[in-house]
Amino acid sequence: MPLLIQLFLTFAKIGLFTFGGGYAMISMIENNCVEKKKWITHDDMMNVTVIAESTPGPIAINCATFVGCKQAGFIGALVATLGMVLPSFVIIYLISIFLDNFLEIVWIANAFKGIKIAVGILILDAGITMIQKMQKKPLPRAIMLCACAAMLVINVFSLKFSSIALMLIAGVISLIIFMAKDAPAQKGGHKA
Amino acid sequence: MIYLDLLLGFLRVGCFAFGGAYGAIPLIRDVVLSYGWLTDEQLTYMIAVSESTPGPIMVNLATYVGSSQAGFWGAVLATSAVVLPSFIIILLLMIVLKNIIKNKYVQAVLRGLKPCIIGIIMATGIFMIVNNVMNIRAENGFELKALILTVVLAAVMFLPKPILKKKVSPIILIVISAVLGIMVYGIG
Repeated sequence: MPLLIQLFLTFAKIGLFTFGGGYAMISMIENNCVEKKKWITHDDMMNVTVIAESTPGPIAINCATFVGCKQAGFIGALVATLGMVLPSFVIIYLISIFLDNFLEIVWIANAFKGIKIAVGILILDAGITMIQKMQKKPLPRAIMLCACAAMLVINVFSLKFSSIALMLIAGVISLIIFMAKDAPAQKGGHKA
Repeated sequence: MIYLDLLLGFLRVGCFAFGGAYGAIPLIRDVVLSYGWLTDEQLTYMIAVSESTPGPIMVNLATYVGSSQAGFWGAVLATSAVVLPSFIIILLLMIVLKNIIKNKYVQAVLRGLKPCIIGIIMATGIFMIVNNVMNIRAENGFELKALILTVVLAAVMFLPKPILKKKVSPIILIVISAVLGIMVYGIG
């Protein structure tokens, strides 16, 4: 199958089965684009997730654009993004025309109660996969644990503290530690 | 003119909505209410619909508002407007990124960002799972059906990996969860 059609169909599939926002989609992307198609590596996946989280817009769109562009340039990005958007566009458009009381349809509401539980598990699975492939060093582990604890507190108490601020803090801490280690090493290098 | 308003309004959402749809809800509310497209009640309903249908929540919301305000072309326009900024930003970043990402200071920042986002994702997953069963914020207690579903779905997701050396596809998990939801919650 031509690459462009594969890109379109893969992202249409991801778009059709992604519920509950961007984090649940990471599991889908990992499964389809890293493991099955091998379009990107796990490390690419980590980079996109970081980029997607620190740039505006839906995470799903950021990911689709990244993978599409990496495989087939501008056209690839366009096709992948279109694939990502099209299923939900069609579904929502039909709902907005035909269904005034979408959420009152009992079996749909029940199906969604089940899906909501799966979404939590998918997000956890994405996190576990990432931990398994993370550098086994004390600093990343400490940052991971602190971020996890902080985010849990933010969620439980509905605090107005965004995940972007958490990431900013982690980035700055990591940079400072690197510069503190790097500076004496460079001085030593010059003397020798 | 409604088309221009939709375009500008959702471009604003696309440009400034950081951190996923939930972080962006205040911004979306501000845009949608200030143009008078929806009442607060309608918006809450539409957010719920956008959550229970597949696809990015922000895109769903844009399609819904666009369609309700100006029909098919309104939906196309609003959806394109919300997607365009992140599309362009990623394309630009990818052109610049190749060189920047090798810089040792950028690498140092990334080494901090990656574990941080893993922590955030873990926390989000744990919170969602616990909240589905316990309803942490609402304080109306424990749901047995949700607990049973959680255990069954977790077994489907995590058990085949060590035993069969094969992972269950997320899509299959979603399908199973929908069917189980209809069965378990439908019984009464």
